Amino acid sequence: MNITIDHILAGISVGGQYALIAIGYTMVYGILRLINFAHGDVFMASGLIIVYLTTAMPLQYAIPIVLLLTVMLGFLIERAAYKPLRAAPRMSVMISAIGVSYLIQNLALYITGGLPQTYPAIPWISDSITIFGAVTKRVTIITPILTAILIVLLVALIRYTKIGMAMRAVSKDFETSQLMGIKINRVISTTFVIGSLLAAVGSLLYFTSYQSVVPTSGSMPGLKAFVAAVFGGIGSIPGAVIGAFIIGICENLIKSSTDFSIFSDAFTFALLIVVLCVRPTGLFGEKSIDKV
Amino acid sequence: MSNILEIRNLSVSYGGIEAIKNISFDVEEGKIVTLIGSNGAGKSSTLRSIAGIVKAKHGEVLFEGENILGMSPDHIVKRGVTLVPEGRHVFPNLTVLENLKIGAYLRKDNITADLENVYTLFPRLKERSWQLAGTLSGGEQQMLAVGRALMARPKLIMMDEPSLGLAPIVVQGIFDIIRQINEQGITVLLIEQNANMALKVADSAFVMQTGEITLSGTGAELLENEEVKEAYLGKKK
Repeated sequence: MNITIDHILAGISVGGQYALIAIGYTMVYGILRLINFAHGDVFMASGLIIVYLTTAMPLQYAIPIVLLLTVMLGFLIERAAYKPLRAAPRMSVMISAIGVSYLIQNLALYITGGLPQTYPAIPWISDSITIFGAVTKRVTIITPILTAILIVLLVALIRYTKIGMAMRAVSKDFETSQLMGIKINRVISTTFVIGSLLAAVGSLLYFTSYQSVVPTSGSMPGLKAFVAAVFGGIGSIPGAVIGAFIIGICENLIKSSTDFSIFSDAFTFALLIVVLCVRPTGLFGEKSIDKV
Repeated sequence: MSNILEIRNLSVSYGGIEAIKNISFDVEEGKIVTLIGSNGAGKSSTLRSIAGIVKAKHGEVLFEGENILGMSPDHIVKRGVTLVPEGRHVFPNLTVLENLKIGAYLRKDNITADLENVYTLFPRLKERSWQLAGTLSGGEQQMLAVGRALMARPKLIMMDEPSLGLAPIVVQGIFDIIRQINEQGITVLLIEQNANMALKVADSAFVMQTGEITLSGTGAELLENEEVKEAYLGKKK
């Protein structure tokens, strides 16, 4: 094995991107007990949106607009596909989520015609820099810093604000929260808005390292972020973040070895199987038994 | 005195099963009113439909003359009606102080005076204000549930089985608190299986049986009623 600085850096960077997606999974699960299978596709859609926006306007306008549009997409998905099923069995909502996932992928396929869309180069963050002798893109350094800042803000929001307190209350008990006068649907929408916003930021950082977006671009990072959320203990934000960084770093270390690099994806999913067998609640998950 | 709450022809059914059949009763302002009855009589459903958690089939719930039936729970809380749910349901993952703050969720004014009031009623909660509510004992959780409901500054507080599962000495404490809350000018609508205690504290009372109100009177009258004695107070004729 030949572990180099740039593999570790890349691992931390990818880990940060997974973390931004994983938070969306884990927060929605924490409140609705729903695995939002469409989340990875929201991430992909965010990438496609910026591809189309940049053909019409400069980046400084496109970036805020893509954040806004991704948030709106997340909000609309919840309103259209999950809210009407609030009283339905959990399995129905999950199937609805899978439906939304395929809907977005197929819409993307229809719009793009199946051709890979060239992702715009975002100046400054895609510039090359040298750290500890390793040449890398600036995004590699920006990602973990930005991720850390966003997570600190998110944790502060959940711990110290009124809406954060309401989110914690709703995650435990819908009915009693309603008795306090909390509008459940508003809290759930807020959760989707935050999750989608973080996914949009993650998307900007992630696709900068790749050349193009295709309709299935969201599947792999989405699945890996999902594994990270399960590994960390689904419902737990710190768990999802730590899980994401561990997976990101391990994957890139495996990639650094010439003999095993082909197994880097397999590692993540083998980890999922091991976690589910040995410690289904993950690193920081609740002990309660819950059927998904 | 006027009626703060008037229930008119309220019916609630769950999938074809009628839990409440066309009941009507009044709650006089500033009084303690109790609904007693056995399990499944429809007491909880009555309170839950007043609070807006359960949809009623038909009827009217007039609070200060305005029909609040069909309003969402937050509108009902805003008008001054709160429910202390059965089984306490404090938020275990929130601290005692946060539980109290969330009781005042809809309020935008200063809540310091109300916090002081709750801490005076329940000094134990002040000692434990930084503790997670899930770590409190059953009696303390019940105090917290009542305190949390008071934080909304209700005009009418409804309590669903506040004595359930508590030790007799704690139950006595809860009933003392109910009196004190009432003395602060808050109307109390109380549901109890502990009919003896409830009737002693109540100004007026209603007996519910299989979804209907079968008896009514003052607390003292029903304590002496032969039917009530036999069915709910465990005394032979």
